[in-house]
Amino acid sequence: MSFINYSSREINCKIVYYGPGLCGKTTNLHYIYKKTNPDSKGKMISLATETERTLFFDFLPLALGEIRGFKTRFHLYTVPGQVFYDASRKLILKGVDGVVFVADSQVERMEANVESVENLRTNLTEQGYNLDAVPYVIQYNKRDLPNVVPVAEMRSSLNPRSVPDFEAIASDGTGVFDTLKAIAKLVIMELKKGQEGG
Amino acid sequence: MIGSDLVMYEEEFKQIDAELQRLLTQSNAKVVFLVDKNGQLIAATGETENLDTTSLASLTAGNIAATGGMAKLLGEKEFSILFHEGQRDNIHISIIGQRVILVVIFDQRSSLGLVRLRVKKSADVLGGIFNQLLQKVEQGKGPAKGADSPFAEITDEDIDKLFG
Ligand SMILES: Nc1nc2c(ncn2[C@@H]2O[C@H](COP(=O)(O)OP(=O)(O)O)[C@@H](O)[C@H]2O)c(=O)[nH]1
Ligand SMILES: [Mg+2]
Repeated sequence: MSFINYSSREINCKIVYYGPGLCGKTTNLHYIYKKTNPDSKGKMISLATETERTLFFDFLPLALGEIRGFKTRFHLYTVPGQVFYDASRKLILKGVDGVVFVADSQVERMEANVESVENLRTNLTEQGYNLDAVPYVIQYNKRDLPNVVPVAEMRSSLNPRSVPDFEAIASDGTGVFDTLKAIAKLVIMELKKGQEGG
Repeated sequence: MIGSDLVMYEEEFKQIDAELQRLLTQSNAKVVFLVDKNGQLIAATGETENLDTTSLASLTAGNIAATGGMAKLLGEKEFSILFHEGQRDNIHISIIGQRVILVVIFDQRSSLGLVRLRVKKSADVLGGIFNQLLQKVEQGKGPAKGADSPFAEITDEDIDKLFG
């Protein structure tokens, strides 16, 4: 649910990074934070356990610049990946404008990926959204590791709708901004659709 | 998609801002701000210069969402007021019209009783403004719809430019 403020001429959108535990969601946000110039980002907030596992969410506000005289802000959130944090995941999906699914490319994590997409679909449905309609991109992360599943195979099990997808190595930044840019684009285009004739 | 996007127009923004300022003065508070339930800051007033209001807004919404989840588990609809007491500053959080969150930060120059009283009054006023805003959006009276919408013209190029 975007927030369009005609008074201060701002658009705020909410993007959620979803995926199984340890797939690299927080790492994506860390990289974006590191590479964004100081005056266009707010503080990155991590509600994490002492061992750096995301407990509730990470939050990174990004001010990207202007579109047609409107300051454009994206609020990036990650969800906790572990199965038992499902209640928190649902809360974070509230009011989402776009979803990035981060998949862990390692062979032994494929089952977790598939489960997590199903969980995403269920939780979105509960909030009144449809995964097949919401702005959505997929990232195949950890491509640097030796035991990865071929992209074609990941695609066929995780991306039947052929949404934009990207290979990534979030830990060195590869593919991170391509992913962000793609979801930002879809979200803004959706906003445009919503405003036309609606 | 569920609900509609939150839209804010000049007229209502001014009314909201005026009400927040009134609340700030009458309750002797340090900071007063308004957040939507998704964590986006709508307006803020008071000693905000050294305050990270964007982060506060997100965490406030997270807080309300988490307590809302707890409420549901207990069979409550929601907990409409939260209060956090610190050594120096206190935070009073209340839900208005099930949609927006009003936050008042105050110290020993004020009191919980005073804040509660003033918040109650402002909640009615703010609730009214948001109803008016919703009606406007639903009836398509605002500038969002029609030819003067800034979004109708957005191109791929505009978006590419955002990332420099
Ligand atoms: N080799 C490799 N490790 C990664 C990559 N992305 C993230 N990691 C590591 O995977 C672990 C979990 O990442 P994290 O971002 O906390 O996962 P989250 O649970 O999805 O937030 C960390 O140790 C990261 O350094 C990657 O592309 N390649
Ligand atoms: Mg994490």
